[in-house]
Formats: sequence, structure tokens, C-alpha cells
Amino acid sequence: MKAWSQILLLTLLIIGLPTTGLTFDLLEGSELHGFIDARGGMRTGDDSYQRDTSLLESRLQLSVEHFGDLIALQLRGDMLYDNVAKHHTPDFETGEGAFDLREANLTFSPTDIIDVKLGRQILTWGTGDLLFINDLFPKDWQSFFTGRDEEYLKAPSDAMLISLFPEFANINLVYTPRFDSDRHLTGERLSFYGVTDTPVETDKPDRWFKDQELNLRLSKNLAGYELAAYSYYGYWKSPAGLDPTTGLALFPRLNVYGASLRGALMGGLFNLEGGYYDSREDSAGNDPLTPNSELRFLAGYEMEVAKELTGNLQFYLEQMQDYHAYRQSLPTGQPVREENRQVWTLRLTKQLLSQKLTLSLFNYWSPTDEDFYLRPQVRYKLTDAWLLTCGGNLFGGEQSHTFFGQLEDNKNIYAGVRYSF
Amino acid sequence: MKKISVLLLTLFFIALFSAPLVAAELSADEIVAKANQASYYAGADGKADVTMIITAADGGTRERQFTILRLNDGPQDQKFYVYFNAPADVRKMAFLVWKNVSRDDDRWLWLPALNLNKRIAPGDKRTSFVGSDFYYEDVSGRGIEEDTHQLIEETADTYQIRNEPKDPGSVEFAYYLVWIDKTNFLPRKAEYYDAQGQLYRQVEALRVETVDGHPTVMESKASDLKAGTSTLNSFSNVSYDNGLQKRIFSERFLRRPPREVTQ
Repeated sequence: MKAWSQILLLTLLIIGLPTTGLTFDLLEGSELHGFIDARGGMRTGDDSYQRDTSLLESRLQLSVEHFGDLIALQLRGDMLYDNVAKHHTPDFETGEGAFDLREANLTFSPTDIIDVKLGRQILTWGTGDLLFINDLFPKDWQSFFTGRDEEYLKAPSDAMLISLFPEFANINLVYTPRFDSDRHLTGERLSFYGVTDTPVETDKPDRWFKDQELNLRLSKNLAGYELAAYSYYGYWKSPAGLDPTTGLALFPRLNVYGASLRGALMGGLFNLEGGYYDSREDSAGNDPLTPNSELRFLAGYEMEVAKELTGNLQFYLEQMQDYHAYRQSLPTGQPVREENRQVWTLRLTKQLLSQKLTLSLFNYWSPTDEDFYLRPQVRYKLTDAWLLTCGGNLFGGEQSHTFFGQLEDNKNIYAGVRYSF
Repeated sequence: MKKISVLLLTLFFIALFSAPLVAAELSADEIVAKANQASYYAGADGKADVTMIITAADGGTRERQFTILRLNDGPQDQKFYVYFNAPADVRKMAFLVWKNVSRDDDRWLWLPALNLNKRIAPGDKRTSFVGSDFYYEDVSGRGIEEDTHQLIEETADTYQIRNEPKDPGSVEFAYYLVWIDKTNFLPRKAEYYDAQGQLYRQVEALRVETVDGHPTVMESKASDLKAGTSTLNSFSNVSYDNGLQKRIFSERFLRRPPREVTQ
């Protein structure tokens, strides 16, 4: 009850806030903006290892930027009271604790055709809708599965983005001097396999300028058709391997090579994307403790099916390479992965009441894993400043070792209120 | 043969010199083409700050503020860049449109919190623009060849044109009437009628000023007469021929808003 009353107090406090942001004198012409967001959620299933409360937090996000003639500066961070978290010491990598720095960067153009963005930043590319093949920037699955705003799915990178714009194409290069992993599931907040209550211990590559990542993209817009080629040199972004002697979860080396195409088709929009995941530490596929290489592919189509109603359908395929070697080396009794994991996604978005009310449903369904993940959401804009949200994260599956099946006990519903200024 | 050639030549010259006399009487298609040009294509490029006030049926209001950049790209194609300043939850969002007359428009939405360049399905252009009573098509213009045009009345200062869709299934109106100012060819008012002949929607130009030599609508209003809602657009800092570069209308400047919209 104490936490709820704190949220209520915070909510009442912000009624006194201005509606259009504060003028900021430090950097001339800059304004301070942000929001206060309070939300809570609870488990709908029974999980003996976790609290029934899956989400209970309030956060204040402040954002300031300065667009100068030579450089642009951007600073954005969240002050957070998280009642469910077990650790409150700020950790800039995992975002745990009372402060989560989202962005702190500067952008400048050394020449007319080069942009450089340096510092903490959110990075996104690729064509999938909540499916990622060539976007190997860090994701925050914990936030995604517990009902935080969708923007929190993207975790920040500490990196340098160099963009080149010669006539023939756009070239983007992202250098990350120290590996930025996903904010992955640790077993603390969301349990998986339905058994764990001890957190996953990891041995993460974390040496500056040694355990580094490189992302490359070459893109071109040809009469509305967006073509891109990608490559990545780094690590599996979430724990994927296991060290048998220490029992620590590992992030084995990974290179990815891929391509995508997006454009208009028959009154709608299609996207195609593929990538080869080259698992560098198990190229023969016979190490059961390191993931095999994979071929990933996705095809999607989006269109307006009726007035203010948009539908998006995607098909996703993950094909394990050297499947025979995998089966041969797999210890008996271990659950067997499918050679071809298939996932379908469907998104329906309906806007009503002059776009003040948005109903949306996003659904992952895998016929090969026999599992699903349903994300219904209702958003209502009470005024320009106030937004009410409620939704759910509903997982289910036939078996407890599949991607969504393992999360079944974490089924949750949530509601939140946000005041933007 | 020679006589025939001379005759043809004479006829040709008569036709040539009488042409201006015929043109003085503008056809409906010519009036609509001139109106389209005056409304959406003035100058090589244009820039304006827009404040949009949306009034609900119960009198409650919502407000949007954005800067809009437009570049004419060839005879009919255009590029638009819309940068939002308010309300706070859409601040720094940017909307990029490549208006293609020969195929579907290309549209992208920049979501700053996700750093995401979201491509938007072409979709229905006669849906609300950012929750207002204006449609996407009111902002970027409706293709003039999508309707048939008929001049039904001409007064001392206006032409009244009746427009019927060639593909009635693609739009919500049965026809619409437009009153076009004879001096500057800007539409003063448009009235939209449904299949029952009921007036249900109107768009009006409330204030016109001449900016950089171009007559410009500085205030316009769209009303949904059935829902009882209306939206008032006020334009300020309007300028033409700013020398906007084509490269602004690309992904690069979605990621990094150009100074034309931030300053």
C-alpha cells in the first residue's frame, strides 16, 4: 500500500507542473521537457518464485537538447522509483537503480557529407515490427515483457555513430568500444523455465577497446524502395552459451551478415529481411554449450484494412545450421530445438475518437514451438498532456523450454498514467 | 496541292491568334489546375509555422504546433517535412512525405524516443491528420485528375466548381463544391456533400495575405458538421524560395532535424 500512496502523491504533485515545458537558461533557446509516468502491474498466473506485483514504479524523465550551428547536444534521463527491483544502486549498464541515463550525446558534421554522433544513444535499424534480425543494438526485454512503454524496449548504447552520405548510398558505421548486451532476463524479475529463482550469473565481455562491437549498414532509397545491407561483428546479445566449469552464462562471439528491402506494394507496404548469424565459437555446430549458426528471415506486409485500422502480418523463420551435429552432440534428456523455428506476428491498430483512443493488439505465434505471446493495449489521451494506458503481456505454450512458453508464469496485466510537459 | 497548303497555313494562323481570345474563357479544368498551383505549388519551396487548435464537440481544445517545409520536385511531385513542437508527447517527431503523382506517396514517421524511422503504409489520404479535422489530403493536395470538374456558376469575384470523384468508392464524399477567388485563384471555401446530398464537412480560408509575392492562406478552418468538431490552422513565419535543398527530405535529416525547423 505504501508504494501505491507514493505513486498517488507523485501524480498529485505533477498537476502543478507547467504544460509546455520550462525555458532553460543554461543553453540559450533550449527547453526542458519530459514526463512523469506511474504504472503498476500484476501477475495473472501463479508463480511461486515471484511477487504477485510485476510492476510498480514511477519515473520522471527530463530531456534537454541544444541545436547549435556546429554541434547538437542531447541529454535525456529517467529518475526512477522501482518497487519491484531488488537492486537500487544505479547501474548505467543495466539501467537498474534510481537513475537510467537514456541519451547523452553530441552530433557534429566534420564535412558536408558526414555526421558523427558520439555518446550514449538509442540506435535502431532494420525493417521488422518487433522482430529483429539486423538490428543488433541492445534491447531491454525485461521492460518489454513487464508493461513499460514500448520505447523502453530499446536500451541505450555507448557508441560512436558515423554516417556518410556520398551520392551513391548512405553508409552508417556504429563503433561500440565496450560490448553493450541486452538488458536480458535474469530470473529475478521474470522467471523462466518455470523453475528458477536464482539469478543467472554471467561472464560478460566487458573490457574497453577489446570486447568491442561494430555495426555497418549500407542503404539506398531507389524511388521509394529502401534497400540495405548490414553486417555486425560482436557477440550474442543475450546469454547464449554456458561455461561448464564455472557455470556462468556466456555471450559467445557472433558475426551477422544481412540485407533488407522495404517498399510499397498494392496499396500497402512490404518488408523483406534476412541475415546469417555466424556463431564464431561453434562453426561446426557440435558444441552443445554454444549456439549453432543460424539463418534468419522475415517477410511482412502492412496495410490500412479499414478507416483508421491498420493491420500488419509478418512471417519469421530461424533455421539452425548444422542441425545434425547439434542433435548428435546434444546430451540426452535435454529439450530438443526445432531446426526451423517459425513465428507469425499480427498487429492490429485501431484509432477512435479523433485519434484520442488507440486500441492495439500484437500477437506472436509460433506453430513450431507451439507457443504464443499476446500484447493487447489500450491508450487514451485524456488531454494533450495526460495519457492513460492499460494492457497485458500474455504468454503461453505447450512446453516450458520454448521462447514464450518459458515465460508462461509471468503473464501480467498493467495500467499506467503519464503526464507529459 | 499548293492551294490546300496555303489554306491549311491560313487556318493554322487563325487558330494560333484566336487562341488567347478562347483562353480568356477558362474551362473548369483550367480553373482547378490554376487553383491547385496557387494553393500547393507557390514558389520553388515554402516554409511555415503552424498552430492547430482542435475543438471538440464539447468545446474542449487540443493544440498542435509544427513547422512545415515543402519543396517542389519536378512539375507535380513534391516533398514535405513536418516537425512537431507540441504537444509534449509528440515533440521532435518528424513526418516526411514524398508526394508522387504517378504512384502512391511515400511516408515516413520519425519516432525520436526509439530512434526509429517508421515507414507508414500508403493508406487512405482522407483520414485525419494528427487527430484534427484536416485530412492528409488537405495538407498535401488532392490530385486534380482524381475528380471531374464542372463550372456551375461564375460571379464577379468567384468561380464555383462542382467536383465529382472518378472512383466514388475511394472517397467518403459524393461531390464537393469549391468557390475559387478570381483574382488569386485561392479556394475560399469547399463544401463536401454525402450521397444523400447532405452537407457534412467544410474547409474555409479565413484570412489571405500576400507573402513574397504569393497570395497565401494565413488562417483556415475545417469543420466536421456531423461530429460538431472543428480545427483552426494559423500560419506564421511564412516564406517562399528559401533555397531548401532536396537532401533535407531524407532519412539523414529525420535523424538530425535541419536548422530550418529547429531555429
